[in-house]
Amino acid sequence: MLSYISGRILQSILVLIGVTIICFIMFQYMGDPALALAGMDATKEQLEETARMLGLDRPLYEQYVRFLWRAVHGDFGISFMTKTPALQLVLKRMPATLELAGTAMIFATLIGGLVGVFAAVKPRFVASRLAMVGTLMRITLPTFFIGILSIYFFAILLGWLPPFGRGDVIGIGIWSTGLLTVSGLKHLILPALTLGMFQLSMSTRVIRGEMMEVLAEDYIRTARAKGLSVLMVTLRHALKNALIPFVTIAGLQVGQLIAFSIVTETVFQWPGMGNLLLMSIGQNDQPVVITYIMVIAFIFVFINLTVDLTYCLLNPRIAYD
Amino acid sequence: MDDYVIQIKNLHTHFFTDEGIVRALEGIDLDIRKGETLGLVGESGCGKSVTALSIMQLIPQPPGRIVKGEILFGRQNLLALGEPQMRHIRGNSISMIFQEPMTSLNPIMRIGRQVAESIRLHQGLSREKAREQTVAMLAKVGIPDPLMRAENYPHQMSGGMRQRVMIAMALSCNPELLIADEPSTALDVTIQAQILNLMNRLKEHMGTSILLITHDLGVIAEMAQTVAVMYAGLIVEYAQVGHLFRQPAHPYTRGLINSIPKMEQPVPESRRLPAIPGTVPNLLELPEGCFFRNRCTQSMDACAKDVPPLMDLGSGHTVRCWLHA
Repeated sequence: MLSYISGRILQSILVLIGVTIICFIMFQYMGDPALALAGMDATKEQLEETARMLGLDRPLYEQYVRFLWRAVHGDFGISFMTKTPALQLVLKRMPATLELAGTAMIFATLIGGLVGVFAAVKPRFVASRLAMVGTLMRITLPTFFIGILSIYFFAILLGWLPPFGRGDVIGIGIWSTGLLTVSGLKHLILPALTLGMFQLSMSTRVIRGEMMEVLAEDYIRTARAKGLSVLMVTLRHALKNALIPFVTIAGLQVGQLIAFSIVTETVFQWPGMGNLLLMSIGQNDQPVVITYIMVIAFIFVFINLTVDLTYCLLNPRIAYD
Repeated sequence: MDDYVIQIKNLHTHFFTDEGIVRALEGIDLDIRKGETLGLVGESGCGKSVTALSIMQLIPQPPGRIVKGEILFGRQNLLALGEPQMRHIRGNSISMIFQEPMTSLNPIMRIGRQVAESIRLHQGLSREKAREQTVAMLAKVGIPDPLMRAENYPHQMSGGMRQRVMIAMALSCNPELLIADEPSTALDVTIQAQILNLMNRLKEHMGTSILLITHDLGVIAEMAQTVAVMYAGLIVEYAQVGHLFRQPAHPYTRGLINSIPKMEQPVPESRRLPAIPGTVPNLLELPEGCFFRNRCTQSMDACAKDVPPLMDLGSGHTVRCWLHA
């Protein structure tokens, strides 16, 4: 068990180092940071001075080692635009994105699980068939389209929910939350549903598929032959077995929700990390873009590690060594 | 009537598929006496397992449905019972073990819990009491170190051990009838003998009747008192085990018995065992008359007209064949 965990952690670190290398190489070709920092009207001397300050006159490997060394210490440089540390800037936006993604994930998993299980147990019901058609439709429609449609219906036509923004937030330490105010919750509904819809559709279909497979297993018949009710067999014997493969997918989904909330955040003007990223790309604010990529990579790696360990706990057949 | 644990009368189970109606059971009559082992023999697809699942009412539905018939268990007709009452019977008064011990246990549940689940469900015992009884039951089916083994997952046990767990689970509530669907088929020969011995011993000890489903006449000879031979959804011969082996009356039964290699006979020139020609008919396109007609070496004109009725040969030996009309 211990060797398994340490092995997985080592792998994760290697992945993160890989991401830094790709980041570093990519940004060699994305405009001159000295120019971005010093401004369009800077003189040649000022430009050279800025380049020296940023260490751009040093050999490439030295620049990389310095970049890595600073990154390990949480220093990703200063935003060209706001002149504040890039990491601070990104982390300040993180609560908004995490609350959005978290709500979307809970919604997607709970509803997706319920609908998926129902559709597997009662495949001939009209509701089950409708769910299958509906989820397939959602998978084929792009998120921005769903977002715009939902704004049109629920915010403009019906006027039930606010069309954009995050509403009132309350600060708890470094975390600013919108979950504790009525306005914050109201603002959260549309973006969270829009963001979670795709994952909901995937979860429904995956859980249904897994459940149908498990329900055809011999041990389900054994459980029925014991005298257990269909409900008990479904919950106690089938669901847990069907959830094992789903955990892997759910882990990937959390990562995707956080990383790909960019579209939803843009449509709803949600002040999260994705919104910041788009802005920073537009302004060629390289430190912020790099920081965003690194933070997302870290979250992805962390979630995958958690998933692998959960997998072991759920499935006794996996040996730890 | 009180001599019987179960009496199956004129049971019809059909499957309504897209290709048509599969008549898996076309009027089965079977009686099992108290304390008796009835062997149900036949090729794959002849309806043995459907008979078992019909008794348990675990036919996958749809597409399957019990169309007609009666299953008398004691004085109750099981087919008239609702699902809640049937649940009370399953695993309690009638229990079942299956062919594949590898896949018949839940892979992510400790085996002790799987056995205890039955006990708690039907006897309403506390967790601790059910645990004690589980360990006692595991010891009874010959699992060494049952206290520790109860904590194992199925993948940590061998096939034979898992089948013992299945037997422990099935017998944990002292059922009146145990349905064993090919209980030893998936095991290798020495383990097979152990499992069959165990079943025989527990049957004597607990007074359980057994419906033993198998395609292996050797297993029948060792276990059963009475034998029913099935073919294409019908029982074609029914006899005491001694009668059946000494004087098989149906050409199909004779074919089955002839296809067993015998020690005392010389190996035939061709080095081939005598086999029954052809295969089981497609249940969607059953021939007119006797279903076995196309494969029978002794078929006559009469065979093409009607399905033969069960004919009594005396001392409880019946056969469904025009040769005995």
